[in-house]
Amino acid sequence: MVNQQETVSVSIWRGDEAGEFESYTVPLIAEQTILDLLTSIQRNIDPSLSYRFACRVGMCGSCAMQVNGKPRWTCRTLVRKVVRDNELRLEPLPNLPVVKDLVVDMETFFDKWQDAKGRFEPGDSVVREFSPITPDDPERKLADEAIECINCGCCYAACDVVAANGDYLGPAALNRAWSLVNDARDDAHIERLRAVSGDGGCQNCHTNAQCFARCPLQLNPTKSIAGLKKKAAMAMLRGKL
Amino acid sequence: MKASLTMKLWLIQRLSGMLLGLFVVIHLVTMIVTIQGGVTAREMLDHTSGNWLVGAFYSVFAIAAAVHGSIGLRTVAQEVVGWRGGSLNVVIGGFCILLSVLGLSAVKGLVL
Repeated sequence: MVNQQETVSVSIWRGDEAGEFESYTVPLIAEQTILDLLTSIQRNIDPSLSYRFACRVGMCGSCAMQVNGKPRWTCRTLVRKVVRDNELRLEPLPNLPVVKDLVVDMETFFDKWQDAKGRFEPGDSVVREFSPITPDDPERKLADEAIECINCGCCYAACDVVAANGDYLGPAALNRAWSLVNDARDDAHIERLRAVSGDGGCQNCHTNAQCFARCPLQLNPTKSIAGLKKKAAMAMLRGKL
Repeated sequence: MKASLTMKLWLIQRLSGMLLGLFVVIHLVTMIVTIQGGVTAREMLDHTSGNWLVGAFYSVFAIAAAVHGSIGLRTVAQEVVGWRGGSLNVVIGGFCILLSVLGLSAVKGLVL
C-alpha cells in the first residue's frame, strides 16, 4: 500500500572508494524491504545503481550492506523497522574494498576462510572405521552452534579488530574453523589450530562481540573464537603448536 | 611451523594477567589489614626491610605488571597507530625492561 503523503529520503553511496552519497526521494511503503526499495529505485529512477542479491529470502547472504550505520541483510530488513525521521542511509559493507555503489569485493573475506583452513580435511588414508557422531555428542553440539553461517560478511563488516588490523582473519573464518575443530572426522585439527593462531589469528579478538550483535542468524562467533583461543593455548602449552 | 609470536605474547599476557589479579587482591588485603590503627612510613619500612618474602612477592608483581602492560601497549601501537614489525618489538622490549628496572628499584627501596 503506497501512502502518497509520506516519502523517505534515501542516501545511497555511489561510485567506488572515492564516491559520495546521492539522495533519492521515494514513497514510504511500510512493508517494503530495503532490497525492494533498492529495486524500485533502480527500475524507476536510476538504472545504473549497483547492488548484489540472489535469493531474496535470507538464504544466500549476498545482499548484506550497511543500513543506517549497521550491517544487515537488505532482503530481511523492513523499511519501517529502520527508517528514522523519514531518512535512510545505505552504504557498502565496511572493511571490504568497494567495487561500485553498494557492491564490495568479497575476495579478501573468502581468502581468509581458506587461510583459516575453513575446509574439511578428510585425511590421506582409507577410512576403515567410520567415526559415529551422535546428535548429543558435546563436540557436535559446539559445531552445531557455529555451522549455520552463510558467509554474508555482516560480522566481518562490524568487527572493530578487522578495521584496525587488516591481517586479522575475522569472525566468520574463525567461526568456521571452530566448527571444523569440533568435527571428529576432520584430520587437520593441529594444522588448523596453527592456522588460526598466526599473526592475524584468534588471539587478536577483543571480545567486543559486535559480530554476535550483528549476525542476522544470531550465531556467536565471539564464543567460537574464545573456544579457539582456549584450544590453541592448551595445544601450545602441550608443545603441539 | 611454530606458534606465532603474537600467540605466545597473548598467552604470556593472559598468564601474567591471572597472576596480577591474584597479587592485586593480596596486596590490597595486606594494605587494608596493615594500616588498621594507623601506621607511619617508617614503621612500614621497618616491617618490610630485610623481608625476603615481601621482596620476592613484589619483584614478581613488578615484572608481571611490566610484561603485561608492555604486551598490551604493543597491541595498542599496532591497532591504533599502525606501527608494526621489528622496530616496534625492539622499542616494546626496551619499555618492558625499563618498567621492570623501575619496579625492581622500588622493591629494592622497600626491602634493602
